[in-house]
Amino acid sequence: MAYSDKVLDHYENPRNVGSLDKNDPQVGTGMVGAPACGDVMKLQIKVNDSGIIEDAKFKTYGCGSAIASSSLVTEWLKGKSLDQAAEIKNSAIAEELALPPVKIHCSVLAEDAIKAAVADLKAKQTDKEVA
Amino acid sequence: MSGHTPIYLDYSATTPVDKRVADKMIPYLTEQFGNPASRSHAFGWTAEKAVENAREEVAKLVNADPREIVWTSGATESNNLAIKGAANFYSGKGKHIITVQTEHKAVIDPVRELERQGFEATFLAPEPNGLLDIEKFKAAIRPDTVLASVMLVNNEIGVIQDIEAIGNICRENGVIFHVDAAQATGKVAIDLEKLPVDLMSFSAHKTYGPKGVGALYVRRKPRIRLEAQIHGGGQERGFRSGTLPTHQIVGMGEAFRIAREEMELENARIRRLRDKLLTGLQDIEEVYVNGDLKHRVPHNLNISFNYVEGESLIMAVKDIAVSSGSACTSASLEPSYVLRALGRSDELAHSSIRFSIGRFTTDEDIDYTIELMKSKIGKLRELSPLWEMYQEGVDLNSVQWAAH
Repeated sequence: MAYSDKVLDHYENPRNVGSLDKNDPQVGTGMVGAPACGDVMKLQIKVNDSGIIEDAKFKTYGCGSAIASSSLVTEWLKGKSLDQAAEIKNSAIAEELALPPVKIHCSVLAEDAIKAAVADLKAKQTDKEVA
Repeated sequence: MSGHTPIYLDYSATTPVDKRVADKMIPYLTEQFGNPASRSHAFGWTAEKAVENAREEVAKLVNADPREIVWTSGATESNNLAIKGAANFYSGKGKHIITVQTEHKAVIDPVRELERQGFEATFLAPEPNGLLDIEKFKAAIRPDTVLASVMLVNNEIGVIQDIEAIGNICRENGVIFHVDAAQATGKVAIDLEKLPVDLMSFSAHKTYGPKGVGALYVRRKPRIRLEAQIHGGGQERGFRSGTLPTHQIVGMGEAFRIAREEMELENARIRRLRDKLLTGLQDIEEVYVNGDLKHRVPHNLNISFNYVEGESLIMAVKDIAVSSGSACTSASLEPSYVLRALGRSDELAHSSIRFSIGRFTTDEDIDYTIELMKSKIGKLRELSPLWEMYQEGVDLNSVQWAAH
């Protein structure tokens, strides 16, 4: 297994590991993957009143590339709007981490996790407006 | 610790050649280089004598007659010669073979090849502890069963099958019985005068001998016949042609001599180290030992760490040389078929590690390994959403996963 230096760095020193309060109306949670497939990613984002992501946390069960992909996106998400966040593409993650072809699915999973977290947050905010 | 990492805890994959063995081999490469089949000069006679001495040593370890030992290139060839050779020779009696799902690929694949040639095979499932249920074995025998093959010690989980009981059933039913003992020599006592076994495969490099040499025991009384798989100069009474590699054979003989003389003391020391490792690792929550602990060689500990993914686990333990239950070297993420056959979930099979302890393992190696595992498993679980859910009391089987 030849991992890039960037993957090894994120694996050895993962950024923003942890959990946010999933019941907080300003926190969106995305959980993607399945244990039987060997990857589960949980990504959480917290927005401020201006709708900008001010915090992001992750936990990942998976290979080094999956851990690195989710660690990397928590860094990228901070300071972005939800629309900007939803524009993060798996190809950018794969390129940044120099993922080999067999590990591209890890970047896809990270993109899916962002989309799921954004969708969860948007659903919460819509509920709030309706109420 | 031996002072440098990675620490070698993969003795079931292969062992270093014992220095005493290497010393004995070298003269047969440079000085005593004769062909043991050369009958007309002293070079040949010296080599032949060395080969026959080694044959005696191999026979002694397993209480066999030296004339029952056939040299091969290793246990894979021994298994092929035994299984294909016996099945083909006796195919007139029947075309059904019995073996076990947890056998080494060097048994499974020759049996699969025979299936392609028109044989039928039953691959018995072991019990969840890895042992074969004798009644299930008995029930699998058919009137046309010609051959059974069951390994003595499993390479992944170290469990010891009840070869005597299985062999007795074979005898009662006129079934030829082959045993792959590649992982057993020097670890368990083998007495082929008493054991009802017809064919037994051996390897040198699992017992501190060199790679590239092995042997097949072929019983003389009652005589077992085989169809040769390699044809040529008729060496080894026609069972296996090819110039004998004298230095390799000398190495195997010396390795087996050392095993015979030292196995009792060595196994007691290794058992103490294995028990220390087990006790240390059991301090970690949610660990599962794979395979029966009682009917098991002391050299092996195969253990699954729940809620930790296999590949990241292997990355985390790069300071120890161990084997993983998931063969995720390239594109394939295949859990161990042995652990699957025990009924382990894919997740637990993936997150398993086989520690195998040997002649040169020290207390310091074991202490280091325990501390390393505690810290790395802790770190990976900090990262694991599954561990978090488990601690919150969530039943992971009740979760609707967004499979991808």
